[in-house]
Amino acid sequence: MRFSMLSQVFSQMFKKPFTNKFPAKYIPSSTTKFLEDVGAGRAKTIPPVETPPNFRGKIQYDKEKCIGCKLCIKVCPTEAIEYKEKEKKIKIYLARCCFCSQCNDVCPTNCLSMGNEFLLADTDKYSKDLIVE
Amino acid sequence: MNPEATTKTTYRLPIGPIHPALKEPVAFEFEIDGERIVDVDVSLGHIHRSIEWAGMRRNPIQNLYLAERICGICSYCHPMAFALAVERAAGIEVPERADYLRVIQAELERICSHLLWAGVAAHEIGFDSVLFLTWQIREKALDLTEYLTGNRVTKAITMIGGVRRDITKDMHPMIHETMNYFKDNFEKLRHVYLDDKTFKMRSQGVGILTKEDALKLCACGPTTRASGIKKDVRLDQPYFAFGDLDFDYVTPDVLTGEVNGDVYDRIIVRLLEVKQSIELIEQCLDQMPKGDIVSEPKIAKLLATLKKAKGEGIGRMEAPRGEVFHYVKLDGNEYPYCWKVRAPTYSNILPWMPMLRGEQIADIPIVAASTDPCMSCTNRVAIVDTDKKYELNKEELHRLSVEKTRRLMK
Repeated sequence: MRFSMLSQVFSQMFKKPFTNKFPAKYIPSSTTKFLEDVGAGRAKTIPPVETPPNFRGKIQYDKEKCIGCKLCIKVCPTEAIEYKEKEKKIKIYLARCCFCSQCNDVCPTNCLSMGNEFLLADTDKYSKDLIVE
Repeated sequence: MNPEATTKTTYRLPIGPIHPALKEPVAFEFEIDGERIVDVDVSLGHIHRSIEWAGMRRNPIQNLYLAERICGICSYCHPMAFALAVERAAGIEVPERADYLRVIQAELERICSHLLWAGVAAHEIGFDSVLFLTWQIREKALDLTEYLTGNRVTKAITMIGGVRRDITKDMHPMIHETMNYFKDNFEKLRHVYLDDKTFKMRSQGVGILTKEDALKLCACGPTTRASGIKKDVRLDQPYFAFGDLDFDYVTPDVLTGEVNGDVYDRIIVRLLEVKQSIELIEQCLDQMPKGDIVSEPKIAKLLATLKKAKGEGIGRMEAPRGEVFHYVKLDGNEYPYCWKVRAPTYSNILPWMPMLRGEQIADIPIVAASTDPCMSCTNRVAIVDTDKKYELNKEELHRLSVEKTRRLMK
């Protein structure tokens, strides 16, 4: 067989492209300007592919439930969790987090859970979005 | 390399330590006569990430996620081999259902890895439309992984004494649907990879590893099975639930009736293993008993047990590329006393020497890729020829490979 891929390639020409063109169909000439436009409602982004159930995204922390047992600090593989001595609560640095959800499993009061949010890129690793407390 | 072998007509081609188509940085020194490779020398030890050292300063639970980061594609078998070693050291029994769940995850990873490899092999010989076809099919495997474990690549499914997530009845339709999709597309893939003239030209009779060499150099995984050796940890020393499942060694003579040990045979073995993995997953879903998925659900309690445990254990697993081996020693402290990892590519490096001898420079990418090393490194090759010095980068080497395919097409 010489052209075994030919039929496949031709049929592909009439199919919709597989790629989801997130966040825009074409690369904007200025990303910052594009994001500003989106913020002001002048432009729209193409939404990303939906996350499946039980996806491990940004950690949600229920501060009221936390009893400050420090078990999550003990199992965290990246040492992303800091203990606040005065309040007896924790502070999670998402820039270090590896989203393994081990802290969720170990928590005796279930005050931690994994959210769906995954667009967490930031230039500052200590920015407000990347610290959960 | 033997210095006497160097004559005026040959020149040396150092490749690496940072190089295309190599899993880890490794230095080759080729002795080239025109286009032919006369001799190869391999030297290892150019990358050391201190993962084992870091592991001796973390508790076993933290180490699971560290082990996951040893390899991006084998992100299941490394933590699982580590867990097997710790379970043996601490004497932890794994529930039967967890054993079946572990098999499903392991086979799913094998499908992902082999399809990824097949795409890369097609790319190396310049057949990019096949790369896209294969990876389109692989995307389904990744979707299923994400559905079962929560993420696409770093699965975080391993737990010492079991697994972290169960497969419930309502997840079965999605798994069956994906498996049927693979079955429907398997024939398409088989036809393209095994019947196409381009693949045959570039892979038949190239990079031959004889049965004797494979035995002598201790090759493992699909590389050694393609040379006709029946060697598979899943069957030789069954772990998880593999002892209960019905499957056999995959060697190329199953399909063609003969064993050549060339790149073509390695393609056959990997494609047939994809089919085998699909069957294994279906068997597991049928036979899976009810019960617990982890022996100790309370992690704080598990940590206390591991802290007290004394002993040493090994974990052996058949990773997609071959046998992965972890050794752990616990001495009654919070952190392991010792942790040693041996990845399958380590065994598959020496077989490169007989494979590459007598081949052309343009065959280096496909032959080196045929043992399935990770493509994770920055790629560059420098050719030093007495006072003249020029560089061959990855693109250039790839161009040479593509040109050879075109030349053969004429």
